[in-house]
Amino acid sequence: MKSKRQQSDLIIVGAGPAGLAAAAAAAENGLSVTIIDEFPEPGGRMLGQFHEERGHWWVGKRIADELIEKNRAQGVLIRCGVSVYGMLKVDDMWEVSTSHGTMLAPRVLLATGAAEIPMPANGWTLPGVMSIGAAQVMTNVHYVKPGKRGIIVGVNVLAMAIARELSVSGVSLASIVLPPSGPFAGKAALPKENLQLLMSLSHLAPSPILRFGGKIANALGLAGIVSSLFPRSGIKLWDIPLKLRTKVVSINGTDRVESVTLADVNGQGEIIAGSEREEAVDFVALAGGLYPLAELASIAGCPFIYTPELGGHLPLHSERMKTPVEGLYVAGNITGVESALVAMAQGQLAATSICSDAGIFGHNGESKVAAAIEEVHRVRASALIQFHPGIPEARRKIYRMWQETFGAGV
Amino acid sequence: MERIQDHPILGRKTLREPISFIFNGKPMAGYRGEPIAAALLAAGVRTLRKHEESGNSRGLYCAIGHCMECRLSVKGKGIVRSCLTPLEDGMKVFEGQQLPNEITGRLLP
Repeated sequence: MKSKRQQSDLIIVGAGPAGLAAAAAAAENGLSVTIIDEFPEPGGRMLGQFHEERGHWWVGKRIADELIEKNRAQGVLIRCGVSVYGMLKVDDMWEVSTSHGTMLAPRVLLATGAAEIPMPANGWTLPGVMSIGAAQVMTNVHYVKPGKRGIIVGVNVLAMAIARELSVSGVSLASIVLPPSGPFAGKAALPKENLQLLMSLSHLAPSPILRFGGKIANALGLAGIVSSLFPRSGIKLWDIPLKLRTKVVSINGTDRVESVTLADVNGQGEIIAGSEREEAVDFVALAGGLYPLAELASIAGCPFIYTPELGGHLPLHSERMKTPVEGLYVAGNITGVESALVAMAQGQLAATSICSDAGIFGHNGESKVAAAIEEVHRVRASALIQFHPGIPEARRKIYRMWQETFGAGV
Repeated sequence: MERIQDHPILGRKTLREPISFIFNGKPMAGYRGEPIAAALLAAGVRTLRKHEESGNSRGLYCAIGHCMECRLSVKGKGIVRSCLTPLEDGMKVFEGQQLPNEITGRLLP
C-alpha cells in the first residue's frame, strides 16, 4: 500500500449514474471532487444497459459518456481501479482507506449502487453458472458472449430487461424459467406470484415491460390471473420462451455446465411427477434481484433500516440524502433499487445538499435543496422501469421515520 | 466463447490493442486492458480456479468484483479478482489452486 494522502472537499465512492451526476453538480459549484470506483472504467452499470423506449434505443453508455465528459470539464478527479475498504472519521475529516492509499475529505458521498442477490440452486458452483448481471457485463461491456446457449433462472424486472439485451446482442437463450423452490427463492419460485408481478408491470407503457406484460394479458385474456391458464410451453418474449410453469431442478456437468434438469410445476410450485427432462445449455444466468450495496455505510457507523420495497437493508437517510453520520451522504441504489435516471436525480440532490451544508448557497440553500427534491419526485413518477411496486410509499415511510427520529428539516 | 465485434446497439470498441499472455503456461491472446476473466472466457476457459479445499472447478459469477469467485493468481500481483484486473501484455496468469488441508484434515468427497 502506498501512503500518499490526497485531500478534496468531497469524495464520492462509485462512478455510476448517481456518483457521476453528483460529482458534476458539486464541482460546478466550486467543490474539489474525487470519485473512486473499483471497476476499470467509469459509468457503473449504465455501461451495459440499453432498452427500447418509444421507438428508439435508450443507451446507458451514451449517458455515461456525457456525464464523464462533464466531469472532466469540471476538473473532477475520477480514480478507477481503486477499491475502498475502510472509512474513519478523524476530527472533521473522513479518512478513506483505499487500495491506492488514504484519501481525505470532510464529506463523503456513498453512491455504491446495488449488488445481485445470490440465488443458490443445485450445481450453481459449476463454471458457466453466473449472475444475470455477469452475462450482461460480459456481453455488453466486454463484448464476449457468456456462452453458446444459455437459460435464465428467475423472473423479475432485471431478468426481463437483461434477457432482452442478450437477445438483441445475439446471445442464444433456451428459455426463462422459475428458480428451484426452497428457503432462498421463497415466492420467486411460485408461478402465480410471478404472473402477478408481470401483470403489475404491464401498465408501464411504453417500456420493454409493456410488451411482455401485454402479451401475457393477451395470452390469458381478461379471464383472470390464474397460473394454471399459463401455457405450459411458455409464451415467447422476443423469441425467448418465458416458462412460468417450469422450474430448474438442477444444473449438471462435471467441470462446466453441460445441461439443466427442468420440471413442470403445478400452481403451488410443486413438481409434477415424471415431468423432469434435461436441456443442453453451456451457461446459466441466475436472476435473484438486487439489493443496496451498503457495507461502507455500515463501516462508517450509519444505522440501517429494512425496507423490502427498496431492496432490503439500507442506510437510514433523509429526503435530502443525508445520513445521521455527520458528513456522510448517500445517493442512487444504495438508498433503494430504482432506475439509472432516478439515481442521477438523487446524485444531483445529494450534491445540492452537500453544497448547501458547505455554505456555498448562502441563504438560497434550502430552496435549492427543495427544488432538487422536487426533481427526484418528477423523475421517479415518470420512470418507465419500476423495480418494485410501492417505491414512493416506502420512501415516504423512511423520511417520516427520519423526521420522527431527528426532528423536522434535518 | 464468441467475441462480439460490432455490437448491434453499442457499435464497435475503438482502438483495441491485441496482446498475448500466458495462462497455466499456455500462450493466449486478448486485448490490452480488458479484464483477465473476459479474455479467458473469449478463449473458452471457464475454470478460473480449483476450490481451495474441495478442488472443484470454479468460474466467474458476478463479473463486477462483488463475489470473489473469479480469483486467480497473476505473477507479481498475487491473488486478484480476474473480473476487475486489466490484462497486460505478457502477463503470467495461473488458475487458483487447491490448498493442502493437513490442518483441518477434513475429508471431502
